Amino acid sequence: MKKTYKIEVDCAACAQKMEDAAKKVTGIADATVSFMTQKMKIDFEESADESGVMSAVLKACRKVEPDCEIFI
Amino acid sequence: MTRKQKKVLYRIILAAVLIVLISLLPLKGWIRAVLFLIPYLVIGYDILKKAILGIIHGEVFDENFLMAVATVGAMCLGEYLEGVAVMLFYQIGELFQSYAVGKSRKNITALMDIRPDYANMEVNGKLEKVDPDEVTPGSIIIVQPGEKVPLDGIVVEGSSTLNTSALTGESVPRDINSGDEIISGCVNLSGMIKVKTTKAFEESTVSKILDLVENSSMKKSRSENFITRFARYYTPFVCYAALALALLPPIINLLMGNASNFGEWISRALTFLVISCPCALVISIPLSFFGGIGGASARGILIKGSNYLEILSQSGYVVFDKTGTLTKGVFKVTEIHPEHTDKDTLLRYAAYAESYSTHPISKSLKEAYGQSIDTTLVADVKEFSGHGVSALVEGHTILAGNEKLMKENNITPSTPDGVGTVIHIAVDQSYVGYLLISDVIKEHAADAIRDLKAAGVRKTIMLTGDSKKVADSVAKTLGLDEVHSELLPADKVNQIEKILAEKPEKEKLAFVGDGINDAPVLSRADIGIAMGAMGSDAAIEAADIVLMDDDPSKIALAMKISRKTLRIVYENIIFALAVKFLCLLLGALGIANMWVAIFADVGVMVIAVINATRALATKNL
Repeated sequence: MKKTYKIEVDCAACAQKMEDAAKKVTGIADATVSFMTQKMKIDFEESADESGVMSAVLKACRKVEPDCEIFI
Repeated sequence: MTRKQKKVLYRIILAAVLIVLISLLPLKGWIRAVLFLIPYLVIGYDILKKAILGIIHGEVFDENFLMAVATVGAMCLGEYLEGVAVMLFYQIGELFQSYAVGKSRKNITALMDIRPDYANMEVNGKLEKVDPDEVTPGSIIIVQPGEKVPLDGIVVEGSSTLNTSALTGESVPRDINSGDEIISGCVNLSGMIKVKTTKAFEESTVSKILDLVENSSMKKSRSENFITRFARYYTPFVCYAALALALLPPIINLLMGNASNFGEWISRALTFLVISCPCALVISIPLSFFGGIGGASARGILIKGSNYLEILSQSGYVVFDKTGTLTKGVFKVTEIHPEHTDKDTLLRYAAYAESYSTHPISKSLKEAYGQSIDTTLVADVKEFSGHGVSALVEGHTILAGNEKLMKENNITPSTPDGVGTVIHIAVDQSYVGYLLISDVIKEHAADAIRDLKAAGVRKTIMLTGDSKKVADSVAKTLGLDEVHSELLPADKVNQIEKILAEKPEKEKLAFVGDGINDAPVLSRADIGIAMGAMGSDAAIEAADIVLMDDDPSKIALAMKISRKTLRIVYENIIFALAVKFLCLLLGALGIANMWVAIFADVGVMVIAVINATRALATKNL
């Protein structure tokens, strides 16, 4: 299942860091962050709990980029 | 500017004023150091915080870390002004970058300003504005002059002209009348129309297009991925190199019995760190691609990802489908050849005889005739399938059909020299001439092929299911290099496979089709371009690049945009890396000081970003 979230991030390198961090979260098959459109596209693994996974993604992203925001 | 950006701006101004004031004061020693700490913290507290958090989380070697180490180091060495200045310029650079990106994002969304805010529905005799999302298919909506058409549908009442430029880049307004299909995202110009919606908002053209453009930057190009990978190795490498620069020469000096000069080498190492920041590359490359894609969409060319823009720029082979791509796919009377009568009479007989038929060929005859047909004058119509018709028109027996029909009736027709479908006409058993009906080549098709050649395409090839005679004639008129005719849909895929196997690896193959029946070929080619896709979901799905109108010259335009974008990308990569390596070398040798380092970092980034925003401009291509 794929879903797109609006995000807020200040620099291209930070967006890359968020992407790397999100990819490592369990339940995520793939993640892409576009700094340009300020969007995060998540491909969930099957049977993943969406809201649980997303709060884990937010936590992981905050760790690498304290200023970032994901509108879940 | 956003609230966040304004805050940074105020901090920059405050810090700059403080720096100037403190530099003017005749102070020495620790008081000067303490005073310089104030602007330093004002401008750099968030960077320091992020650097510390990064170290705690094991995320060292990012720009925050580079900047923190470089500036703290400079402060420790007593280079207060330089330390604060590096932080200040770094922040100016970051602010500029975020402003520039925000600005081009806004420009692109303005270009793509097709999202309708509301739909008008009639409720109890009054117009009410509702969210387009809430309108179900089959509802009647009202579009007033000046408003955007919010949903796809069919006009049920009224007539008007539409501005489709936001979708197609085409500036000539289009007339629509009751019964015509209407596509969301167009602007209604003149009259009020009632539209019966056929699709829900999320299925409507406008939603599909917005979705496509917004997701395009998710598909990253090879150059973008290269930079990401590059940055991953580059930053740690530079950090270790700086460490080596700070430690090795002084230790060697000590071992050789010379003065160690620790301060000098540490200072060089810090300069090294400031220069090395990879921001210019990391930001300017996605920005260029984004600009190119945005600029293209303003001209009615939708590109589904940066990677496709990159492949398009490398295309050396362009393969076309014929019908609907290079030709209009509609039949038209292209030649009238009367014998023993005049053109108008011949056309009139043909149109009357065929007046009851709904065949596309009959339709084209009626269209060419152009006047209304009095069907009371036509009687006793007989259709001979695969041959033609006979009818009694104003008391004359008219035969209209192919050679076989004529021969069956013992009439000898002439042999036409043109290409296309021939309709012979006989009146009361005597031959009066023929009409030639053929598919018409699009006006800009020949220009398009020429432009593609000029843009550096090596080979243009046409594939078609049509007869060899027709295909060869079209290919000759347009100046195509190669033509393969009488192909079944499966043969087209085989033909593409063959061309793919023969062409050099580096030159990519683009296939251009109208999205109907050629989805397998579109996906097999390195890059699939679908044209005339307004409203065709299948084409939007199957292709990598979608041309909103059916003008083939847009292919050459798309290619020019892609080449320009890639040129900007390479310019930035080469420029940024060349300046950085030069400055790194000079920094290591002690020739470049902290001020040069600031230019190498912030200056290069600003120049690269400004260069990247050029990709958005596609007006003069």
